[in-house]
Amino acid sequence: MNLTLRVWRQSGPSDKGRMVTYKVEDVSPDMSFLEMLDVLNEKLILEGDDPIAFDHDCREGICGMCGMVINGVAHGEQRATTTCQLHMRHFEDGAEITIEPWRAAPFPVVKDLVVDRSSFDRIIQAGGFVSVPAGSAPDAHSVPVRKEDADAAFDAATCIGCGACVAACPNGSASLFTAAKITHLSLLPQGQPERLSRAKAMVDQMDAEGFGGCTNTGECTAVCPKGIPLDTIAQMNSDYLKANAK
Amino acid sequence: MKFTEGPEIRDTKAPEGPIEERWEKRKFSAKLVNPANKRKLNVIVVGTGLAGGSAAATLGELGYNVKSFCYQDSPRRAHSIAAQGGINAAKNYRGDGDSIYRLFYDTVKGGDFRARESNVYRLAQVSVNIIDQAVAQGVPFAREYGGLLDTRSFGGAQVSRTFYARGQTGQQLLLGAYQALERQVAAGTVEMHTRHEMLDLIVSDGRARGVIVRDMVTGEIERHLADAVVLATGGYGNVFFLSTNAKGCNTTAIWRAHERGAYFANPCYTQIHPTCIPVSGEYQSKLTLMSESLRNDGRVWVPLRKNDERAPGDIPEDERDYYLERIYPSFGNLVPRDIASRAAKNVCDEGRGVGPGGLGVYLDFRDAINRLGRDAVEKKYGNLFEMYERITGENPYDVPMRIYPAVHYTMGGLWVDYDLQSTIPGLFVIGEANFSDHGANRLGASALMQGLADGYFVLPTTIGDYLANGPYGDVDEEAVAEAEIKVRTRIDRLLAVNGTRTPDSFHRELGKLMWDYCGMERTEESLRKALERIPELREEFWQNVKVSGTAEELNQVLEKAGRVADFFDLAELMCLDALVRTESCGGHFRAESQDADGEALRDDENFAHVSAWEHSPEGPVLHKEALEYEYVKMTQRSYK
Ligand SMILES: Cc1cc2nc3c(=O)[nH]c(=O)nc-3n(C[C@H](O)[C@H](O)[C@H](O)COP(=O)(O)OP(=O)(O)OC[C@H]3O[C@@H](n4cnc5c(N)ncnc54)[C@H](O)[C@@H]3O)c2cc1C
Ligand code: SF4
Ligand code: FES
Repeated sequence: MNLTLRVWRQSGPSDKGRMVTYKVEDVSPDMSFLEMLDVLNEKLILEGDDPIAFDHDCREGICGMCGMVINGVAHGEQRATTTCQLHMRHFEDGAEITIEPWRAAPFPVVKDLVVDRSSFDRIIQAGGFVSVPAGSAPDAHSVPVRKEDADAAFDAATCIGCGACVAACPNGSASLFTAAKITHLSLLPQGQPERLSRAKAMVDQMDAEGFGGCTNTGECTAVCPKGIPLDTIAQMNSDYLKANAK
Repeated sequence: MKFTEGPEIRDTKAPEGPIEERWEKRKFSAKLVNPANKRKLNVIVVGTGLAGGSAAATLGELGYNVKSFCYQDSPRRAHSIAAQGGINAAKNYRGDGDSIYRLFYDTVKGGDFRARESNVYRLAQVSVNIIDQAVAQGVPFAREYGGLLDTRSFGGAQVSRTFYARGQTGQQLLLGAYQALERQVAAGTVEMHTRHEMLDLIVSDGRARGVIVRDMVTGEIERHLADAVVLATGGYGNVFFLSTNAKGCNTTAIWRAHERGAYFANPCYTQIHPTCIPVSGEYQSKLTLMSESLRNDGRVWVPLRKNDERAPGDIPEDERDYYLERIYPSFGNLVPRDIASRAAKNVCDEGRGVGPGGLGVYLDFRDAINRLGRDAVEKKYGNLFEMYERITGENPYDVPMRIYPAVHYTMGGLWVDYDLQSTIPGLFVIGEANFSDHGANRLGASALMQGLADGYFVLPTTIGDYLANGPYGDVDEEAVAEAEIKVRTRIDRLLAVNGTRTPDSFHRELGKLMWDYCGMERTEESLRKALERIPELREEFWQNVKVSGTAEELNQVLEKAGRVADFFDLAELMCLDALVRTESCGGHFRAESQDADGEALRDDENFAHVSAWEHSPEGPVLHKEALEYEYVKMTQRSYK
C-alpha cells in the first residue's frame, strides 16, 4: 500500500516545530506502524535527511515507550493498542495519516515525536512504593490475599506508564496513571500501612508537575492500551479525601 | 582468526565444604563496611532491568551513594519488562516434591552440565527469598482462591515451581524493583541518569573506577567516577538482528569492558526459544515470543506428510505428528528449550513445516479447549492469544498458532567469579550480562530468578567485601582522559564515514549471517565461512556506513551505528568460540557432534570447562576454567 504521512518535526525543545509531508510506498499490511516508520527513516537517512526521532524499545506493547498521536488519537484508533502493536492492515491504501507527539505541558517535546515523561517517575518517587528493604521480607504465604483482590490489583498494575491518558485528556490530567498506581497498592494488604500518605503524596506531586485536574471526561480510558478502568480514579479520590481529612 | 591459549583459571572464589553451607560461609567471611562509611562510598550501576534495578535499590537502601544509568527514558522500561512466563523458586508450596536440591539439580542438568555447581546451588537457595521480597513489595502474583500463591510448570521441570503474574511476570517484578529504586531516588541515595548510554569503562591502577557516558539528548560526553562499577546491561541476542529482545538491547557496555580487560565467557551459547511467532517479511524489526507456558496446554504438531498444503483443520488425527510427545514421551511438549527448538528445526528441514516458507510448526489448543472449555483457556492465556492475533491477523481459538524458534537469551557474557566480580577488580557484572549460572542452556523462568538473586541478595553482600578492603586511592586523571578521548574519536569516526548504507542494513546482514552460520546448528564449515565474512563486512561498515545528523543532539542513527560496530567484534568472538568447542551442548549444537538419534553429544573429556576469552591486540587468548561436578553426576541429558 501507498501512504501519505504528515509528521510533526521539531529539532529540539526550543524549535517551534511544523508538520512535514512524506510519501511512503510499498507498505506491507503485515508491518507494524513502527516498522513502517523504520522504512521511511531508512530512506531519509540515505537521502541525507534527518530521520524522524521516536521512542520505542520492546515493540511488544509492554515497555510503554512508543507513544505517538495518530490521526488525532493517542496510539491510533485501534482500541487497547500501543503504537508498536498497531499493524498497517488497519489502514486503507492511499490513506493520509497525521502523526504527532504527546502534547501536554508536563511532557515537553525533546525532538520530533520524543517527549520527556520523567514527571511520571517523580510521581512514583513521591510515594508509589511499599517501603520494604531487601532481605527482611516475611514468608510470602504469611499473608494470604483474596484472589479477587489480587486480580483487581493486577488489573490496575498493568499500566505501562505510556502517558496516552495524559495526551488524550482535554485537561492534560495524569489522573488515570496516578490512580492506577495508587489502586494497585491500595488493594493489597502489603500496601495498607502507607495507603493514605501514599495517595496524598502522589496526588500532590501530580499537581505540582502541572498536570490538569480530572473532570471525568473519560477520554483517558478510551485510549489506554491496557484498559485501566475509570473507577481507579474514584478509588484514588476517596483515598486522597480520607488522607486530607486526617 | 588466530588465538592463543593462556593459563587456566583456577580460583573462582567459591568456598569449600558442603554445598549447602558455601553461601553462608561466604557471607560470614565477607568484610562489612561501617554504616558511616557507606555514605562516602560511590557505586555506579549501569542498567535498570531486574538485575540493575534491584541492585541499585538495595545498595541505596544499604546506605551507599549510588549512580544509576539506563538508555531508556525511565528505568521502568528496561527489557526485563517484557518477560512473560514466570519466575522459579524452590518454595515447595505445592508439596509436589520440590526442594532447593531439586531446583539445583534441574538447573545443572538443564544447563547441560556447563554451569558451576556452587553458583547454581546458591541461586536455588536464594530463590525462596526473592518471592518473599517481591510479594512484600506488592507484586500481584497469581493467587489461588484460598489466597495463597499459585504456581505453574515450565519446560525442563516436572514440578510446579513457577510463580507468575498472568503473562506479565517480568513487568510486575520490574515495577517492584523500579518502585524500590525510585524510593531510593527520593531518599537521595540513588542519583538516576536516564537517557544516558555508557560508552566506556574507566580503569585506573588496574581497577574499575568509573564510566564514560553520552547524554543521549544533548550529546554531551560525561565522566562519572566511583569506588566500584556494576554492569547490569543485559544480553546481546540482538547480534542476530531478529530476536525476541527489545530493540535497544546491545553489547556495548560489556564489550568495552572486555576490551579493557574483562574476560568474555562462553560467547557462543545462545538460547533459541522454541515458541515465537514466525518471521513474516523482510521489513521485520523483531520477533515476538509466545510464552512457553503455552506448552502446558498447547500441543505441538506438524503434518505427517511432506509439503502438506491442507488447512490444519482438514488434516485428520492420524496424519498429524505430535513429534515432541512421540520422541520424548515423559516430558512431551515440556522438554527444555534447546530440545524443542531443534526438534522444530528438524521437522521443518524434513519439509514438514507449515506456513510461509515452511518455517513453522503448529501449537494447537483444540484439545485444551475441548477438555477445559474455551473460557478456562481464555482465562489462562487470553492476553497471549490476543497478542498473537494482533500480529498475525489469525485467531488462535479457531486455527492453531504457528510458531518457530527464535534467538532469545544469551547464556554467555562477562566472566565473573563467585562474588560476581569480573577479571577487572572492582567491576561486577550481574544478570544476563554475566555468564554465570545457566550453563549451555537456560531453563525457562530462571533468568528473572538469577537477575533478582544477583541484584537483591548476592551482589550487595559481595561488593561490600570489595569496598571494605579499600579505599583504592585517587583515580588516575590520565586514565579518565584517555577513555574520554577514545569515546569521542569513535563518534567522530562514525560520523565522518558518510557512506551509502544505513547502520540497520549492516545489522540485518550481520544478523542473517550469524543466524545462518552460527545459529541453531553450526558446523566447522559454516563457522569458518562466518569468520571469513565478518571482517569483510566490518571493513565495509567502517568504509561505507552513513550516519546522519551530528553528535550534539538526540541522534538515534548514531546510537545505532555505535551498537552495530560493537556487534561486529562480538560476532567474531562468538564464531571463534563456537568453532573451538567441537562438542554439542545446550544451545550450542555442532552438527559434527551428535548421537545416533540426532541428540546433542557432549564431550566431557575435553570440554567440561568454561571458555573465558581475554582481549589482546594480538588476538584473543583462551583461558579455561574446569567445571567439577561433585553433587550432580554428569550424564547424557535425556527427557525421553
Ligand atoms: C520476550 C521475553 C520473555 C521472557 N520471559 C522470561 C520469563 O518468563 N522468565 C524468565 O526468567 N526470563 C524471561 N526472559 C529473559 C529475561 O527477561 C531477561 O534475561 C532478563 O530480564 C534480563 O535482565 P537484566 O536485568 O540482566 O537486563 P535487562 O532487563 O535487559 O536490562 C538492561 C539494562 O541495561 C541498560 N543498558 C544496556 N546497555 C547500556 C549502556 N551501554 N548504557 C546504559 N545503559 C545500558 C538498559 O537501559 C537496561 O536498563 C524473557 C525475555 C524476553 C525477551
Ligand atoms: S493509565 Fe493507560 S494510558 Fe495512562 S499511562 Fe497507564 S497504560 Fe498508559
Ligand atoms: S515499544 Fe514498548 S510498548 Fe511499544
